[in-house]
Amino acid sequence: MNTAEKLSREDLARMVAHDIPVGAYVNLGIGQPTKVSDYLAPDQGVTLHTENGMLGMGPQAHGEDIDGDLINAGKIPVTELPGTSYFHHADSFAMMRGGHLDVCVLGAFQVSSGGDLANWSTGAPDAIPAVGGAMDLAIGAKSVFVMMSLFAKDGSPKIVPELSYPATGLACVTRIYTDHGVFLVEPRAASGEQEQPSRIVLREPYGLSLMEIQDRLDVDVVDGSR
Amino acid sequence: MTSIVNTTAEAVADIEDGSTVLMGGFGNAGQPMDLIDALLQAGATDLTVVNNNAGQGEAGLALLIKEGRVRKVICSFPRQSDSWHFDAAYRAGSLELELVPQGNLAERMRAAGAGIGGFFTPTGYGTELARGKETRIIEGRGYVLESPLGGDVALIKARTADTHGNLVYRKTARNFGPVMAAAAARTIVEVDDVVEAGALDPETIVTPGIYVDTVVPLTAASAPASASAARHPVQISEGAEA
Repeated sequence: MNTAEKLSREDLARMVAHDIPVGAYVNLGIGQPTKVSDYLAPDQGVTLHTENGMLGMGPQAHGEDIDGDLINAGKIPVTELPGTSYFHHADSFAMMRGGHLDVCVLGAFQVSSGGDLANWSTGAPDAIPAVGGAMDLAIGAKSVFVMMSLFAKDGSPKIVPELSYPATGLACVTRIYTDHGVFLVEPRAASGEQEQPSRIVLREPYGLSLMEIQDRLDVDVVDGSR
Repeated sequence: MTSIVNTTAEAVADIEDGSTVLMGGFGNAGQPMDLIDALLQAGATDLTVVNNNAGQGEAGLALLIKEGRVRKVICSFPRQSDSWHFDAAYRAGSLELELVPQGNLAERMRAAGAGIGGFFTPTGYGTELARGKETRIIEGRGYVLESPLGGDVALIKARTADTHGNLVYRKTARNFGPVMAAAAARTIVEVDDVVEAGALDPETIVTPGIYVDTVVPLTAASAPASASAARHPVQISEGAEA
């Protein structure tokens, strides 16, 4: 991959898919994360969870395969793969909350340097609030990967020292896949008298140099390329 | 004791004004459309409705809201591209909304059905949806105290019931059905068909009949909107196809 160019959404989906461990149980959030399934290799043995009550979700259903009783969390008709299981909502969210999922991939408005996630509300006063499973997903997997652009349309960075949008979950994000590279969130100390300063590590920059990225972010970025 | 009734109108006839109604379904999957239509016809009002969403398009819960029968919605995701009746009522201030993260919604109902007085959950900790709630740090992690959420009545949909009220569901239409059945004082189920006790494999039953009060088979039920609401005898099919 030419590191002089930004990563496309397809590139990001391919990278996320590549980073998902063999045999993992994975929940792909609505929107951009859905694309990841296109790049999962059959021999990767990944099982997809959808929080409305299914493990073993197959690709989107088309034509005669569409069944109103078989939908994903985005209410899109899907298919079942051999080995599928169904369960009710309390079990489905217990599965998440209980830490049984390996990876969850989500979109985001902002991620803080401490791994706090904002993806459910822009906080606009006239908006009708809706949260769905966002807060459950944020805290419901061993690893939480975020896919987002590094900068908002107005150019402001989306990796921030503190969230300005309403939080979805605290200290929950482990990696941030952006068009300018993959950022690893070094976990914040969970307890203790002194909170450890968090670190954001950039694996490899794309489209901008590490220095240019550092100039535009208000958080310290550690060079993780070596 | 589960009773099998012939029409959705009979099934919902005793639902009183001011009731809290747990309504199954995630989107349209598993939404008990025929029971909701019957509830609309029956005229009960001032309802508190618990559902994942707040109605889609021109059917089911959306119509109850349109007709002003719903005082309050407790849900996780009201805003959708076709939730215009909810949106209008909410903006007009005629409808109260309690927004609950989806897993907390399910677990609050599970707690109600299981006799649990509350539970600490990490979901929502540190967010505005936990504002005003008791929190606790347990082994280094933040938790929020959530309360049980029961109902006067549950309206749910299943695929097949036997004459003891044992239920099996179909695919992702199962969603909230089993937790709502246990969480409500009275549970009313619409099903595709009813079979004799013993026809369902006991190992595959998802909701035991102890949670089910009233079953109405849609294949035998007349449409509540129909003026000639003729009563059909209950059709007992020979075997389950689940």
